[in-house]
Parts: sequence; C-alpha cells; structure tokens
Amino acid sequence: MQSVLTRRMLAFAVAAGLLFGASHVIAQPAAAPGQITIDNFAFEPANLTIKAGTTVEWLNRDEEPHTVVGVDPALPFKSPALDTGDKYSQRFDKPGTYKYFCSIHSHMVGTIVVQ
Amino acid sequence: MSHLKSDGPKTGNVTTRGASRRSVMACLAWAGAGVVWTVSGGIPKSLGLGGDAIAAQAGGFSFVQISDSHIGFKGDVNPTPGVTLQQALDDIAKLPTPPAMLVHTGDVTHLSKAEEFDAADQILKGAKRDIHYVPGEHDVIGDDGTRFFARFAKDATPGGWYSFDQGGVHFVALVNVLNFKPGTGGSLGAAQIEWLEKDLHDRGASTPIVVLAHMPLWPIYPSWGWSTDDSAQAMGHLKRFGSVTVLNGHIHQVVQKVEGTVALYTARSTAFPQPPAGEGKGPGPMPIAADKLKSVLGIRQIEIVPTTAAAVKDQTLA
Repeated sequence: MQSVLTRRMLAFAVAAGLLFGASHVIAQPAAAPGQITIDNFAFEPANLTIKAGTTVEWLNRDEEPHTVVGVDPALPFKSPALDTGDKYSQRFDKPGTYKYFCSIHSHMVGTIVVQ
Repeated sequence: MSHLKSDGPKTGNVTTRGASRRSVMACLAWAGAGVVWTVSGGIPKSLGLGGDAIAAQAGGFSFVQISDSHIGFKGDVNPTPGVTLQQALDDIAKLPTPPAMLVHTGDVTHLSKAEEFDAADQILKGAKRDIHYVPGEHDVIGDDGTRFFARFAKDATPGGWYSFDQGGVHFVALVNVLNFKPGTGGSLGAAQIEWLEKDLHDRGASTPIVVLAHMPLWPIYPSWGWSTDDSAQAMGHLKRFGSVTVLNGHIHQVVQKVEGTVALYTARSTAFPQPPAGEGKGPGPMPIAADKLKSVLGIRQIEIVPTTAAAVKDQTLA
C-alpha cells in the first residue's frame, strides 16, 4: 500500500510538473518586448517594432540549428549556430529598418523596425 | 541487396522541371529500398537482380554515395548519428561488388564544430577508401567552410569546387551552400558556373559525367530551400553529354528525375529522415519509431558501365 501511494503521488507530481512546464514554455515568448522565437523554420514575430536602445533576443526552439544574420552593412551582426534552446542577443541603438535571415535556411527572413 | 525489386521505376511518373508536389509524391511512392535501375542514353529502365545487374558489374566501375551524416545531432529521432554512420560503413563493407571509392554529399556535421569534424573523420577513416566530399550548409556555419575544406577537400579550387577522373568517369564536385542571400535557395554563383563550362569544354560527349552537390540541382520544393537558384545554368553545360548522373543530398530521402540524358537523384541520410515535400510544418527531422529508423536511412551504390549506362541502387540500413 505504501509503495502504491508513493507511486501515485509521484505520478501526480510528474503530471503537475509537466503541465506547469508546458504552460511556462508557451507563456514565455510573449513576455518580453524584444523577444523573437524560432519555431518550425520561422521567426516569430517575423516583423518586430522596438524602441531604440532595446536588446532583441532570439531563442531557437527548433530541433534544427539556425542562425541570425543581419543584412544591413551599417549594423552587421551574425550569430553562431544556434542549436535547440540556444539564444542570441543584439542591441539596436539607431532608428531604422533592419532585415535579417538565417544563413543556413535562407528562406527564413525577418525584420526589426527600430523607432 | 537480396530482395531487389523487379518492378522498376515507372518512367511515366518521372517528373519534369518544376516538379509538382503530386509528382514528387508519385516518385516517393516507388522510390523504395533496393530499386535497381540502369540509365541508358538517359532513359532509366528496371534491372532484375539476375543477368543484367551482374553484367553491369562485370564491365564497370562502382562507387557508393553516403550523405547527411549530421555528426553532432542530438535530437530524439537519432541521438547517436555516429552509430548509424558506422553501420552504413559496415553495410558498404559487405557489398558483393566492393566500391572503388565513396562520395559524401554533405552535411557531414550538424553544427560545423571542430569536435564534430574530428568525430566524423575518425568514423569515416574506417571506410579505408578514398572519400570525395562536397559541403552541406551544416558544414559551413560561421566560417564559410574553412574547417570543412581544410579537412575534406584540400585539393579543391579556392572556391571549394573541383573535378577528377576515375574509372573512365569525369566527376564534378560542386558547392551550392555558400553565399546565401535572404529569401533564396542554394547558389552556385557565376564564377563556379564559368569554371564548370571550362572544365567540361574539351571533354567528349560520350564521357560519363557524375555531378556531386549537396542541395538538389533542380527545384524540388523551393519554399523549403530544396533547390539551387542557378542550377539551370549548370545543367545547360551538361546536357550535351550522353550520360550525366547528378547525386545530391539535403532532403534525407530518395527523389529521382530524368531530364533528357541527365538523371538526378537525391539520397537518404545516414542520420535521420525528413518529411516528404510540403508535408508538415517544415523540413526538420521527422519523428519515427526507433525500430523503424533504419528503414529510412540508407546508402547508394552506383555502377558505371562503359559507354552508356549508370546503374543506381538504393538500400536502407534496415
């Protein structure tokens, strides 16, 4: 009896943990204004408007690695390969429109508008 | 090897340029394990296991293609790609017709890390044969391929591409994973296409040509990056030859197409499968039950027969 109870409590604890973990992950991307996630070969949001001085952080949640590479020669930025769960940050100080893409999957493109 | 299909490819399903998704699916439907076919004058026909295949072996020259070993990948579908790469080499060692050499059509590593190149090299040295490599986009991250070329293509031109002759065949190894621009597919670039034209210029039309490149040299599914933007220009320089075999990787599955005398094939991975074109959310690793994994990984043996034919034979690791 003791062991059955313990097992049930364990199962409950694991299930609760999973639920909490799942909702926590889903809630995360919307939290910070400068946050972009990578899911299923797409930047989300693909177009992000921020205030000058904001640091944007990209989080790769794909099983596939990605990169974040700026196109504008005035602000060259280039992440290393971001494996699953890896993050990369870039601060934007000057107003303007900055396009970027994934240099491994060049059909993945995004834009940062700095006001 | 022992259960090759005798119901060979249905040439009516072979796609034309700009393959629709349905026709890609049709190809996939019959591109099963162990299909043998011969390309004679550019028209593929099926071969039985018996006389034809043995005749092909007798007069020809044989090599093996492996692809997309992704050493460093840790995803759930195959956390140990080094083990499946090793099995591919073990299967190659058991082939009844020993291959003269191997070609690896890219994505040797997953993240272009030095330790991944080291690990891959250690395993691949076990093949005890020459291996000719072209890089995949996973092999050139962050350094434009410096580490890859230093280790796997020392004798290449400064751009990374090269050619060589073996067994009466002229091999051309192309690079289409550098200089990506936003929103485009793979790219060969003007300098490489010009080099290709010169490289082929003085060769007779009867010389069998084998072209190696990582990304497909025809538009299989451009919105997933399964294409090379300027492949048509390269193909223009190849179409005068009587037998051209183009071997690609990148999409982790077998898709085939014939255009005139040019036969194009993508290969299975030794690491993990990807979904068929357009199915699912993107071209990432496709989940599959652990006991089914080896049925979607594979190697390919190519037998070149003097004057006309290249026989291409895919087999899985299952």
